[in-house]
Amino acid sequence: MADIALISVAAPPRLRAGLKRGGLRLWIGAALVALLVLSALFAPVLAPHDPLAQDLMSAQLPPAWMTGGDPAYLLGTDSLGRCVLSRLINSARTAVMVALIAATLAAAIGVALGLFAGSFGGWVDQSISRLIDVWMAFPPVLLSIVLAAVIGAGLTSVIAAIVVVDWTRFARVIRAETMVQLTRDYAAAAQVIGLSRARLLRLEILPNLVPLLVTLLAVEMGIAILVEVILSFVGISVAGDTPTWGSMIAEGRQIVYQAPWIMALPIVCIITSVIGLNLFGDGLRLALDPVQRS
Amino acid sequence: MRWGELIKRLVLVPPTLLGVAVIVFVLLRVVPGDPIAMMIPPGASEADIGRLRALYGLDQPILQQFVTWLGQVASGDFGRSISVRQSVLELLLARLPATIELALLATMVAVLLGVLAALVGILLRGRRAEWVVDGGIAMLLAIPDFLWALILLLLFGVLVPLLPISGRIDPQIDLSLRSNFYLIESVLTGRFDIAFALLHHMILPALALALPFAALVARLLKASLAEAEDQDYAQIARARGYSRPNILLHEVFPNALIPTVSLGGVQVTLLLGGTVLVERIFSYEGIGNMAIDAVINRDFPLIQGLVLTFAVLFIVLNLVVDAVVTMLDPRLRHG
Amino acid sequence: MTATLAVDGLTVAIGAANVLRGISLEVQPGEVRGLVGESGAGKSMLGRAVLGLLPANAAVTAGRIAFEGRDLMAMAEAERRSLLGRRIALIPQDPMTSLNPVKRIGAQIGNLLRHHLGLSKRAALVRSLELLTEVAIREPVRVLGLYPHEISGGMRQRVLIAMAFACDPALVIADEPTTALDVTVQRQVLQLVERLRLRHGSAVLFVTHDLGVVAKICRSMTVLHAGRVLEEGETANVLTRPRHAYTRALLAATPRADRPAEALRPVPPALLEQLWSEAYRLDHVAAEAV
Repeated sequence: MADIALISVAAPPRLRAGLKRGGLRLWIGAALVALLVLSALFAPVLAPHDPLAQDLMSAQLPPAWMTGGDPAYLLGTDSLGRCVLSRLINSARTAVMVALIAATLAAAIGVALGLFAGSFGGWVDQSISRLIDVWMAFPPVLLSIVLAAVIGAGLTSVIAAIVVVDWTRFARVIRAETMVQLTRDYAAAAQVIGLSRARLLRLEILPNLVPLLVTLLAVEMGIAILVEVILSFVGISVAGDTPTWGSMIAEGRQIVYQAPWIMALPIVCIITSVIGLNLFGDGLRLALDPVQRS
Repeated sequence: MRWGELIKRLVLVPPTLLGVAVIVFVLLRVVPGDPIAMMIPPGASEADIGRLRALYGLDQPILQQFVTWLGQVASGDFGRSISVRQSVLELLLARLPATIELALLATMVAVLLGVLAALVGILLRGRRAEWVVDGGIAMLLAIPDFLWALILLLLFGVLVPLLPISGRIDPQIDLSLRSNFYLIESVLTGRFDIAFALLHHMILPALALALPFAALVARLLKASLAEAEDQDYAQIARARGYSRPNILLHEVFPNALIPTVSLGGVQVTLLLGGTVLVERIFSYEGIGNMAIDAVINRDFPLIQGLVLTFAVLFIVLNLVVDAVVTMLDPRLRHG
Repeated sequence: MTATLAVDGLTVAIGAANVLRGISLEVQPGEVRGLVGESGAGKSMLGRAVLGLLPANAAVTAGRIAFEGRDLMAMAEAERRSLLGRRIALIPQDPMTSLNPVKRIGAQIGNLLRHHLGLSKRAALVRSLELLTEVAIREPVRVLGLYPHEISGGMRQRVLIAMAFACDPALVIADEPTTALDVTVQRQVLQLVERLRLRHGSAVLFVTHDLGVVAKICRSMTVLHAGRVLEEGETANVLTRPRHAYTRALLAATPRADRPAEALRPVPPALLEQLWSEAYRLDHVAAEAV
């Protein structure tokens, strides 16, 4: 019985076919991510109140649909009478900003090192791989807390903490994938026609890494959001009154029996955002990658 | 067993710990952030500050401080905590058992749940319901332990107030136990009322720590089971008239455990790292909770002690995992 | 006398392609029948069909398989499983991968004996030792305590043979048991199979592509190509007076020690093409008849 081998041709994907491949994940993920990004972008317009405005007369009001709620404060207020909904929306802004910058930086460093390790091989690869191994031996949560505590509170330290902790995620995957791509025929062909290593990386290999990169970026943004939440929960994130989901959770934890919504609502936002980013990244990978790798 | 290998690894432990100690020591003193400044009341005089610095040896050169500290550690003195004013060793010994018990409970729960999920998943292999199991596992993996802690706290501590959400045990209960291993000791001495009360407090944080790890175990084990089931010896077992559940449990499972423990065992250290936040969220009196405050307060002696403790725990865990893998795989045993 | 194995018009398809096309053969009690054909002829597939272990995407579209007069495919799952390993046994092809790597030899044989024969641990141990001695393994006590990777390939094959005959099966399907072994070990294995089948009174369906093996051990043989039976009969007759062109070509293709200088003569491609088109035509006819 003869087997007929199926040769898959890597043709550029058509839009409709791509969207179909992405499936439900892509749509739901895109919707959730859009919700997140739009809230962040249009925060000043969307938020009904100033997130920093206190009104001690209306402290700890429950959401509008519960008894004792006030329709002026749709999702209730916290201990200082600040509108929860407005704070949630503005926290989304902080979260997205931190996530974008941190993820991009982590990607830049990780991809660069991964490409070098994967394509140069030899001692370059060895030393970078060793570095990654040692780096990954440190517990991430503790490491980020130590870093942020050490550098001091503020946006820079949060971003630095995320980048420092998670650049290895990109590096490992890109390194492996680069090595795989280099064994492919098109890379050998490119070298035959005399492409220098740098141009090979830039023109041929990098474009093939795009689907993978996109997924990693989406996942990384999810992680960045989580790290930021951890740091602001512990109290060492962006300074001052800037609302963050993590600090809202920390406050809410203190009064969780009296006003559980203050802790619950940011959690819902976080989970929605993280799952949305994961689904989106997954769906995008499926849609962009013509040869489906499981 | 491979004694030679084991001895080699044990010999490497002290230098590793030393390396960790050096890194932490230097990092703490090189970066900005003055522990003394953090703990003095406003209006303290320069002389007071100076005296405090001298008390903690912080006015000496770094190398000197390190040598002094090493000497003290060698004789069992880990110094005094700057923020809590107690001996670091006492603090560690008081709270370490709580974290160890929590981590152990969480690991057991995780393994139980993970194995069950993997077995259900593999029995449903190829059928439409398998997708449900896979999806469930993915969902569990996407949510980190501290989020689970918060969710569980809300669901079972506040919304449906079944369980307590702070502390290790109700402060009014009279313990009269000898060690700080409350759970282990109360079970061993038959004081089940205390054990029960302890478990009431521990089950939510343990579950929070366990769920992501359980999902990881489930995913790894299910994949390993599937791969092992496709191997020749499993197929041939079918030709011997064994039923599929029989084959999965007796022939395939022992084989599938090996890659699962290899790959997943390493991640138990992540579970340990997760205690930092989960303990904080549940106000559980373990070393994870203590670590956060120590870092924020720049409490050098305490941080050093904690880092060394965590490092030792990680090393021990890795050794245990390796030993377990060797036990499971007869092919590894004879060098 | 009821045939031990009676395959009648068996057709198996994987997707749209037929891998077995209306195969009929019989194995009488105590008979050793060789099943010959090149790779892909369907030999292993037939063995799997008998054992009820076809791959998930394969389906029996016609025919019947009867074991000692009972229809195997119509049987309940539990009943068939009680036959497998006990009355119908398999000697697998690759000794390297056919034993569970993390269980000791003694445990693997013992489990089989306790599962099918209900023996106590002690009785199973005694019987295991007997079996290992039967397959000429020296130091059977030591071997029982060893893991598969601690014994040689040849010894593993002997353990597999022992396990096949452990419950006095009526039919043993030997799936190319000598293919993965070198020539000297091959001879020993063949002798073992012959000896054990005589002792246990089993019939053997010997699947192989090696005509030499068939000549040595099989009283009768069936020639398979493209999932069809092309020729069958007593081995002596088929090998000396082959009727089908394909059989003749196979014989001609076998390298001979007494004519080393002769070039190898593969089966003519034209013949193969003709046979394949015949097979496809049969498929069409069958499909239309449905």
